[in-house]
Formats: sequence, C-alpha cells, structure tokens
Amino acid sequence: MKKQGDAKARAKRVHVKIMLWSILLIAVGAMVAPLSGYLFVELASAQGSSFEEVNPRSETTWRSVREGVSGITTVQSPEAGVLIHNGGENWRQIRNGLVANVMPWVLAAAVIAITLAYLIGGRNRLDHRPTGQVVLRWKLWERVLHWTTATLFIVLSITGLSLLFGRAVLIPILGPAGFAAYAEVAMMSHNYSGPFFAACVAAMALAWVWHNVPNKTDWEWFKAGGGIFGGKHPSAGRMNGGEKVWFWFVVLVGGIVCITGVVLNFPIWGQTREIMQQASLVHAVAAILWIGLFLGHAYIGTAGTEGAIDGMATGYVSVEWAKQHHDLWYEDVKDQAIDASEAGVKSGVAVSQRDKPA
Amino acid sequence: MARMKFLCDAERCIECNACVTACKNENEVPWGVNRRRVVTINDGVPGEKSISVACMHCTDAPCAAVCPVDCFYTTDDGIVLHDKDLCIGCGYCFYACPFGAPQYPQQEAFGVRGKMDKCTFCAGGPTANNSNDEYAKYGANRVAEGKLPACAEMCSTKALLAGDGDMVADIFRERTLRRSGRPQTWGWEQAYGAGV
Repeated sequence: MKKQGDAKARAKRVHVKIMLWSILLIAVGAMVAPLSGYLFVELASAQGSSFEEVNPRSETTWRSVREGVSGITTVQSPEAGVLIHNGGENWRQIRNGLVANVMPWVLAAAVIAITLAYLIGGRNRLDHRPTGQVVLRWKLWERVLHWTTATLFIVLSITGLSLLFGRAVLIPILGPAGFAAYAEVAMMSHNYSGPFFAACVAAMALAWVWHNVPNKTDWEWFKAGGGIFGGKHPSAGRMNGGEKVWFWFVVLVGGIVCITGVVLNFPIWGQTREIMQQASLVHAVAAILWIGLFLGHAYIGTAGTEGAIDGMATGYVSVEWAKQHHDLWYEDVKDQAIDASEAGVKSGVAVSQRDKPA
Repeated sequence: MARMKFLCDAERCIECNACVTACKNENEVPWGVNRRRVVTINDGVPGEKSISVACMHCTDAPCAAVCPVDCFYTTDDGIVLHDKDLCIGCGYCFYACPFGAPQYPQQEAFGVRGKMDKCTFCAGGPTANNSNDEYAKYGANRVAEGKLPACAEMCSTKALLAGDGDMVADIFRERTLRRSGRPQTWGWEQAYGAGV
C-alpha cells in the first residue's frame, strides 16, 4: 500500500517536471522564434533579392513618375519615356507671370529715363560751330558692321517682342487670323536672322575690343557723370566710359542672348525641354534689358548729342565735336583732319548751317 | 454636360501598343508623329507598370496658356483642341506640356517644326465636322458621330478608359473595390487639378 503510494507520488513529480520544462520551452521559443526573421532576411539579402524588390510598393513607382522618371517606350522622340514633366508648369508661370508682367516696365523705365534726360538735360550741343574741318572716326567696314547689326537688332526686337506680347497687344488689333499670319512671318524672320546677328555681334566684339579696355580715364569720366549734368566735359579717348559700358553690355549680356537664341533656334542637338525652357526665359529677360539700353544708345547717338550721328553715318566727325567729346582721341588724330569737301561729306558744315539762328 | 477624360489602368495595361496603332490608323497621323505612346516604368523587373499616354485635355491647359497666337480652345466637353490655321509651330506648347503631348512633323534647324499635332480625343478641330479639311488636318471626328476615341475603344484589356470623367471614375472605382487594390488615377491630379 505504501509502495503503491510512493509510485504515485513519483509519477506526479515527473508530470510536474514535464509541465514546467514545457512552459519554459514555450516561453523561450516564443521569445526566440520571431528572431528567426532576422535570419530569413539575412538569407534573403544574401541571395540578392529583398522583399522590397520582389513586392515593390506601387506608390514608389508613381512617386517616381510624378518626379519625371523616364521609362521605356517604342516611340522614338526626345524624352518620350518621361510620363510627367513638371518643368513646363514652372516655365509657364515664370514666362506668363514674371517675364510678361515685369519686363514691360523695364522698357517703360527706359523710355521715361530718356524723356526726362531730354526734358531736363536737353540736347548735348556743340560748344563751337563746326568750321568744316573733319576727322575720320569710323571706317567704312566699321559702319557697315554697325548698321548691319543695328538693322538686324531692330528686326529681331520687333519680332521678338511681338511673339512675347503680341497675344495681349496685337490680337485685339489684328484679330486672331491676322496676328497668326504676322506671327508666322515674325517667327521666321527672327529665327533666320538671329544666327547672322549673333555672327555680327561676335565680329563687333573682336573688332572693337581693343578700343574698349577700361582705364583710369573712364573712372574720371564716370565720376564727372559723363558731363551730362552740366560742368566741364570730362576727358575721353576714342571711346568714352559710357560707350565702353554699352560695348561690354553688348558683348556679355548680348552674348548670352545670342547663345540662348542659338540653343532655341536649333532643336536638333538633343536639347532637353528643361534646357529650352531655361534658355527661353534667359533669352527674353536679357534681350529686353538689351532693348532698354539700346533705346538709350539710340537716343544719345542721334537726337541726344549734336553731331554724333555724323560719325556713324558718314564716317567723319567735325573737329569741334571730336575736341568736345573725345579730347584725348582728338590729340592723337588731329594731324589727320581734312576739309569736309575733301572728304566728300557735308557733316560739319551741314550741322552748322542747320543750327544757325534764323 | 460631360467632361471628357482619359484614364489608363496600370494594373490592366499590357503594353500591346494597340492604342497607338488604332490612333495612327484612325487619324492618318503623319510619319514621325505619335499622338499616343505607351511608356513602361521599371521595364523587365518585378512590379513593372505600363501606361498609355496622350494629351490629357487638362482643365487649365499649360499649352493654351503659353501659345503666342492663342490657337487653343476647350470644347463644351472639356476637350482641348487647337486651330492649325493659326499655329505657327513655335514649340512653346511642347515646352509647357507635362505629358509631352504636342508633336511636330519636323524638328529642324532655324526652329522649323511645321504645325503642331496632338491627340484630339478623336474630336477633330475647328473646321466643319467630318469634312475632308478636318480629316486632313486633325483626323477623325468620332465624338461628332457619338463615338469615343478609337484608342480606348480598341483597348483589348479595357485598361484605357475614355469618356465622361464621372463615368470613367465609377468604372475604375468598381474595379478597384473588386480587386482590393489601391486606386491610381494616373496623371489626373496633374491634368485636372487636386480635387479629382
């Protein structure tokens, strides 16, 4: 009876032992088993394909599409693989907003400045009547280069401004069909004359760069305000400070206009839309700044300065004009002064007769 | 009034290019011009997606906004069309378009491009409906005949849906519920605004 009781108690202890060990095993297993995931990931990555690669989230795909990633397509044209190109909307906002709304004010400011200069400062007249002695200022090839560039500049300005502002300004006047006919001619003139104009600008840069190296005389000229605001006319060589500024503006800003223009004009070198958008914005802004300064140049060269137009029209300027505006240059060339009739021009004399008081 | 929209279901598109062929055939599109194209993202890797894309006929169309001669107009059905008699081929609409829809028969030196061509939603142009002039310039005018664009009608898997935006959205919503996937109204936000 006692023996039977011992056996029963031993069996019970074994049961308890098994139960405790089982609980321990389950507890440890429950903690360790999830860690095997790390082992799985390690193995999976060792095989070279992660879970993300096998089951990509489509959101990632669509996000990259919205960001302009390029896919595969059978269509053979530049950037055909791009589903969404976001730059276009930016270009539209800047072109139609900033450029179209702000740049006209630059032109308006230039016109206002010229008007004020004329009304307040008045015409820059010759201090002495021309005596008929003239001196050569611009050689024939220089004048041909200048006027070729000038003619192309005016054609390009008018056609370029028409393409940017014509929709707002000219369609109400000409009607849609009338303006479209004009715009087509304008665009073709702009595109075909542009490269020749760029070549002219490059030729001018090479031809006149040696006359336009800034020096100390220019500094003095600027300090005297170019003689615009009364007082003694400051000294100047063949080119004064203002002319040098215009030259370097043409070379640098004009150069940018020419380069961006060529980029836009030849869509055959695989330019992306982004490059075209940026080029067109830079082209428009720089070109309108250029037109603004050009208006000043045209005013000073014609109505603003008595006798200045003679130099570019006939090549000769009167000795009096040279002495007044470019005294240092005159010192160099005064021994080359000749009689107006000898040069076959009427510049010096004509001006004096025209301005003679009645 | 219907508001016409395109929707391409990327879960269904199998990149067969039938829509491209249908479009070319229906509209007699000139050589080198593709009004519609199929683009495959992640081609050849798991999770690749194909999309058929053409002009999406945007609500606030960037092409129309930048056109120097103002040759674009939106029909009562919300289809963006353009007048080839006014178009000067300047290329601005191509710069502005998010979807690369505007196409040119040429692309040469001195900016020679020819008149712009793009998807018309098979709705022709401003000339008389289904006239020879309209067909030569813009292709078929199926909408005037009460039909939908040829590309969508031809789609073998019905991935490309075209028609009234609300009906297209209903079909797509039903599909998404049935297959318990996430909806992907590709390009809609870009074309029709954030509210759709």
